[in-house]
Amino acid sequence: MSAPPVESWRGVAAERRDDVSTGVSALLRRRTRTLLSSLLRPHRRSMWLLVALIVLQNLAALAGPWLIGLGIDRGIPPILHHQGAGTLWLIVAGFAVATVVQTLAQRAFLVLTGRIGQDFVLELRRRVFAHFQRLSTAFHEDYTSGRVISRQTSDMDAISELVEEGIDELVIAVLSVLTIGVAMLLLDVPLALVALSSFPLLLWLSAWFRKRSAVAYRRTREAVALVIVHFVETLAGIRAVQAFRREPRNFAIFDDLNTRYRDATRRSFRLIAIYAPGMKLIGNATIGLVLLYGGFRALDGDIRVGVLTTFLLYLRRFFDPLQDLSQFYNAFQSASAALEKLAGVLEEPPSVPEPARPHPLGSSIRGAVAFAGVTFGYRDRLVLPRLDLVIPAGQTVALVGPTGAGKTTIARLVGRFYDPDAGAVSLDGVNLRELDDETLHRAIVTVTQESFLFSGSVAGNIAFGRPGVDRSRIEEAAEAIGAHEFISALPAGYDTDVRKRGGRLSAGQRQLVSFARAFLADPAVLVLDEATSSLDVPSERLVQRALRTILADRTALIIAHRLSTVEIADRVLVLEDGRVVEDGPPAELIGGYGRYAAMHRQWMESLV
Amino acid sequence: MTTLPADRSAHSPLASLWRLRSYVRPYAGQLVTMLVAALLGVGASIVVPLVTKTVVDGPVAHGQRDRLVPLALLALALGMTEGVLIFIRRWIQTTATLGMEKRMRDDIYAHLQSLPPAFHDRWQSGQLLSRATADLSAVRRFVGFGLVFLVVNVATFATVIALLVRLDPLLGGIVALSLIPVIVVCARFERGYSVVSRRVQDQTGDLATSIEESATGIRVIKAFGRRRLMAEAFETGAREVYDTQLAKVRLRATFWALLDLVPNATLGIVLLLGALAVGQHRLTLGGLVAFITLVLQLIWPVEALGFILASGQEAATAAQRIYEVLDSRPEIVDRPDARVVDDSPGCLRFEAAGFTYPGGRRPVLQDINLTIAPGETVALVGATGSGKTTMAGLVPRLTDVTAGRITLDGVDIRDLRLTSLRRLVATAFEEPILFSASVRENVTLGTPDATDADIAAALSLAQAAFVDELPWGLDTRIGEQGLSLSGGQRQRLALARAVIGRPRVLILDDPLSALDVTTESLVEKALARVLADSTALLVVHRPSTIALADRVALLQGGTLAAIGTHSELMADVPAYRAILSQESEEVQSR
Repeated sequence: MSAPPVESWRGVAAERRDDVSTGVSALLRRRTRTLLSSLLRPHRRSMWLLVALIVLQNLAALAGPWLIGLGIDRGIPPILHHQGAGTLWLIVAGFAVATVVQTLAQRAFLVLTGRIGQDFVLELRRRVFAHFQRLSTAFHEDYTSGRVISRQTSDMDAISELVEEGIDELVIAVLSVLTIGVAMLLLDVPLALVALSSFPLLLWLSAWFRKRSAVAYRRTREAVALVIVHFVETLAGIRAVQAFRREPRNFAIFDDLNTRYRDATRRSFRLIAIYAPGMKLIGNATIGLVLLYGGFRALDGDIRVGVLTTFLLYLRRFFDPLQDLSQFYNAFQSASAALEKLAGVLEEPPSVPEPARPHPLGSSIRGAVAFAGVTFGYRDRLVLPRLDLVIPAGQTVALVGPTGAGKTTIARLVGRFYDPDAGAVSLDGVNLRELDDETLHRAIVTVTQESFLFSGSVAGNIAFGRPGVDRSRIEEAAEAIGAHEFISALPAGYDTDVRKRGGRLSAGQRQLVSFARAFLADPAVLVLDEATSSLDVPSERLVQRALRTILADRTALIIAHRLSTVEIADRVLVLEDGRVVEDGPPAELIGGYGRYAAMHRQWMESLV
Repeated sequence: MTTLPADRSAHSPLASLWRLRSYVRPYAGQLVTMLVAALLGVGASIVVPLVTKTVVDGPVAHGQRDRLVPLALLALALGMTEGVLIFIRRWIQTTATLGMEKRMRDDIYAHLQSLPPAFHDRWQSGQLLSRATADLSAVRRFVGFGLVFLVVNVATFATVIALLVRLDPLLGGIVALSLIPVIVVCARFERGYSVVSRRVQDQTGDLATSIEESATGIRVIKAFGRRRLMAEAFETGAREVYDTQLAKVRLRATFWALLDLVPNATLGIVLLLGALAVGQHRLTLGGLVAFITLVLQLIWPVEALGFILASGQEAATAAQRIYEVLDSRPEIVDRPDARVVDDSPGCLRFEAAGFTYPGGRRPVLQDINLTIAPGETVALVGATGSGKTTMAGLVPRLTDVTAGRITLDGVDIRDLRLTSLRRLVATAFEEPILFSASVRENVTLGTPDATDADIAAALSLAQAAFVDELPWGLDTRIGEQGLSLSGGQRQRLALARAVIGRPRVLILDDPLSALDVTTESLVEKALARVLADSTALLVVHRPSTIALADRVALLQGGTLAAIGTHSELMADVPAYRAILSQESEEVQSR
């Protein structure tokens, strides 16, 4: 069988739910408008100032060419007739004033729009970040971290770029087109009509460009995204690439993606290659026409040479900014699409909301956990039909059972990563829904299999359990959990940077650090969901010894595939299809003939 | 034996830019055409004001109707020619520069694929990506735009100044002098702006890290209720970006204001002195109009000079960064007389093999002597950090030994073609590596000619029946851009990928760690059949997997402390017992 064609490698994926139409239409959506107006509302007063500044700047800019024309028509004749240069000096003085006013107004305008723009971006960043942090883990799992990140980086960058690189100039350009049009009409109506006759053509060309480039732009974005993903994944998986001699096929795929990217870019560049010279051509032709018609009128004495000069100067200012619009257009498009996506995110209601008036739990938390009639399901799959469970304070409970029995779901409900569909989970008799985030998680801490570490020092990662604690407490925690030895052996000890996601450490070492972190947090209830799965036997033994002390005076919920971890529990719950089918001390259950006894036998056999 | 980073000082930025000429050469003809088109276009635009002068001084001043029409039509034609020439230049540019950019990107990618994992461990993929995207764009912009307009603008500048001086020497001289502050302002601005821009980039990068961690670590943040802590860190980062952005805004505003001020002031002076000159009959009225229009035409080329120089500097730095990567030599390559081997009995021997990190003082592995007979399975046991994974990586030459050697059927693996060696040896890594591609593509990574029957067999061996339940079966896209799989599912696909080619030698690095007890025992049963006729090195952390091995090797302190059967080592080697005995003291003490 021959190698599969290059295109088929990607496979099929479900549609992305955040694929939105790009372009101006996105800006018009209600949620985007709401977001925009709520972000701009604090700047209402500055906006009026902005309008005043921009009008001033425009008038001053218009005055320049007009004064030049005036200088030619009114300033020169007196000199020619030996009546002195007084008028000319006056006009030049006026020109100087206009220049200074224009410069100052423009600078003030640019600084003010820049500040408003940056305030806008900062506030949007804050809102989006805070909102993502408020959304439940269920949302994050569904949305994937990749998209959470790209919303806050590439989308935010698109908005920031527009704010930074030109929205102010865009405003100046559009406004100057309007004012120049009016000024020309005021100077000489027939000549102005000739000058503006090309305007419909300009509009038509711009509309054509906008429509075509929206498509081309989108294709380019899609093409570059594929190039980037393939590039980054190849580098991240370089071991697999090389070990499986993947290089030639990877290169064929990359070359194909790269070619598509080039073609897509070329398409959009070619649109600009037509649009920009097209605008130039129309502008130049208009100048030619104005020269012809204006020449005749000047010849007939209907207008003076100075007016003609003013027109020629105005026309240059009229067309040049229009040409630049093509450059802003892409930035404008991607920013409005990005804003639409962010508005969508901000509209997402948090499914695990914090209470408006939280219950003060008090300082002495005992740690009794209870499930009362708890029902829970993921979308169409019911996981817990109706669970009633009381875990007295101080008890260590192990949950065992086959995959999908609901062990992890119970752990997540206790840590309030989810809320039950019906019934209530409570801590010391208080419904978890009534506790604010910080109180709840000071009392209940979950350690999971993934044992995520932040980039930064080992000490910093452990201190995450209790920010602001001093070094000796951190080392004590590490020592208690059996992590002190390996940490001390690291190049910079506790100050060693663990790198992104703890990449410098092995999976087992990461788990030890996250154990130390949980230990330092000193919660009343500790939930361990497969928290020892990556440890080798000696480390696990250390952790287990530590757990005996740690768990002595607190409530604990343990989930583990390895039954060795389960043995330290006071009580074992065997789960099946979301129901508790066996419940008792481990020693008692092993002695019986139930499911736990069977599992235990199988496990003992696997140890050789 | 790993790649050393290219010496940064070996080539200056400009020298690096010059080295890129081999990529430009195929498009030299097109570049010259672009240059000619640009020169002619600018030439046409310079002539228009002169035509205007003739119109004002001739037909308008003397009432010659018949001469006005041809002159105006000439201006019209010149203007339209300029438009067409710009079109030609831009159209050619899209083919030439994008073609060059694509070729360079292909080369960077191909080169990166050939560099050993040690290189990739040192370099962040983001750093490499920015070389293949942002840096390449910088080079493309400079070649397609900067280079052309560097020539064109200097030519324009010289021509226009010459024209102005001819029209009026005094005024022309003043205009020429007034442009000096513009160039100075532009150059200073560019320098300041690039510093601030880089700072914004760095700070945005830091902010992105904080965003990334807040997203990937969301479970831990929620588990400890540390939302506020994360928000504070984010706020600090976002504030830094904000402050720098404001500095940038102020810089930009001052620059643009100055850039408008200088030419306008010049115009004012030209108006005053020009009008006086007309009054004294030293200059015609048309000459003054032409003068003013020409001065306006000078502004852009002069302003642009600053940007072009900056773009040149940017491109040179980018070229240097690109060559940093392209100059890194792949150290793990075929020797000149490397052998092609299609099949082999599969006798794997470590002969006094050792490995030390470059610059490392203590060896990670030393004096490893181990023979794995054809068809034999040896389990590698050792505490965390004892070098098991490093040892596994030596066999497919992801890393080369720094002492001793490894042989396959008596031949040093460094004397085999890499493709031969890696066809004979298949590896399943500790962290399963999946790509954003179909399941089929992921499983047949090293065996593109595998049949559907081969794939089905490999998947069933790895207990990966879940593939049938995926929405599009084998064609379902998985990985970051597709369906996300559980750790156990990922591991089973990685295992299927390793066994599918029926490799002579299998390296399995803790391949079952993420599986639950039931699945684990099913996979073990199936794996036992495959291992019967492959030579295998099995890294294990858990006692249950040891049953698959014929013999066990204990790795301690970077060297093999004991080799034997599981029961022998359990009986005789206390260190081995300590690592593998599941009977924890706690249980015993009950």
